[in-house]
Amino acid sequence: MDDLLIIDKAKYHSRLLVGTGKYKNHNETAAAIKASGAEIVTVAIRRTNIGQNKNEPNLLDSISPQKYTILPNTAGCYTAGDAIRVCQLSREILEGKNLVKLEVLGDKKTLYPNIDETIIAAEKLIKDNFKIMVYTNDDPIIAKRLEEIGCISVMPLAAPIGSGLGIRNPSNILSIVENASVPIIVDAGVGTASDATIAMELGCSGVLMNTAIAEAKNPVLMASAMKKGVLAGRQAFLAGRMSKKKYASASSPTDGMPD
Amino acid sequence: MNVTINGEQKNVPGNTTVTNLFLQFNIHRKNIALELNGEILPKSEWLNYIVKEGDAIEIVEAIGGG
Repeated sequence: MDDLLIIDKAKYHSRLLVGTGKYKNHNETAAAIKASGAEIVTVAIRRTNIGQNKNEPNLLDSISPQKYTILPNTAGCYTAGDAIRVCQLSREILEGKNLVKLEVLGDKKTLYPNIDETIIAAEKLIKDNFKIMVYTNDDPIIAKRLEEIGCISVMPLAAPIGSGLGIRNPSNILSIVENASVPIIVDAGVGTASDATIAMELGCSGVLMNTAIAEAKNPVLMASAMKKGVLAGRQAFLAGRMSKKKYASASSPTDGMPD
Repeated sequence: MNVTINGEQKNVPGNTTVTNLFLQFNIHRKNIALELNGEILPKSEWLNYIVKEGDAIEIVEAIGGG
């Protein structure tokens, strides 16, 4: 059975989206991404080093835009204006591709989103034909609002970016999922494979992570674990869990016991 | 003539195109975008645009991020 993740008509087999930050080098990045099975890969946009060695590798040589869907982010932006500028630059780098991960941050300590600026940026970018996957907090009202203004995917944090604290407020994530008609992808906060599983069991369409893989002692092995964690959670969600009971319920028949 | 590239003051000769800048400063031309005085300068104009005194140029690329 094909169980595809569909984001604005684009179809993906993998429900795990991964970042490319915090790796030792491009080889490790490429190996971890391969092991994760991810098809959507986030990147950041930053100044090129001037006077560099001509052979200095470019990330997109290791993570080919022909092979992966590149999702440029606006990490590090604290205003709508800065985020819009980064989106325009990313579209230029990627030859007109208009898919972006919008994140407008509130402060450096929490990296929580600035919702006012996020909404301003999203509205302007959508008018300029960008396809927005948007990082937000776990507020169901805001999530719905972002969907209504035309974001193609809403991506609530499960815990602060890079914290690895896991799914801190499953009821809110569930509430967002139940109320959504675009894919809900948990973005940020996952620490280990069981966290990814929990997000998927709640009915999320996918999970986006970076630090949980990159800062594992063995990133490639963790990438493989995350792939399985996401798949296990998805299958459990589709299968439908049993209901919880207060007392035991014997698994073996009580009839037919020998005297 | 002085221009600013990625925040650094640089001296360049007259009649320098953007493409010449890439050669002078060893900048690879693949997978980058260029902003001239706050506006994107499309790739199609890199060969012809002649840098002017005081131009502020930003050159960016994709790097690792989450």
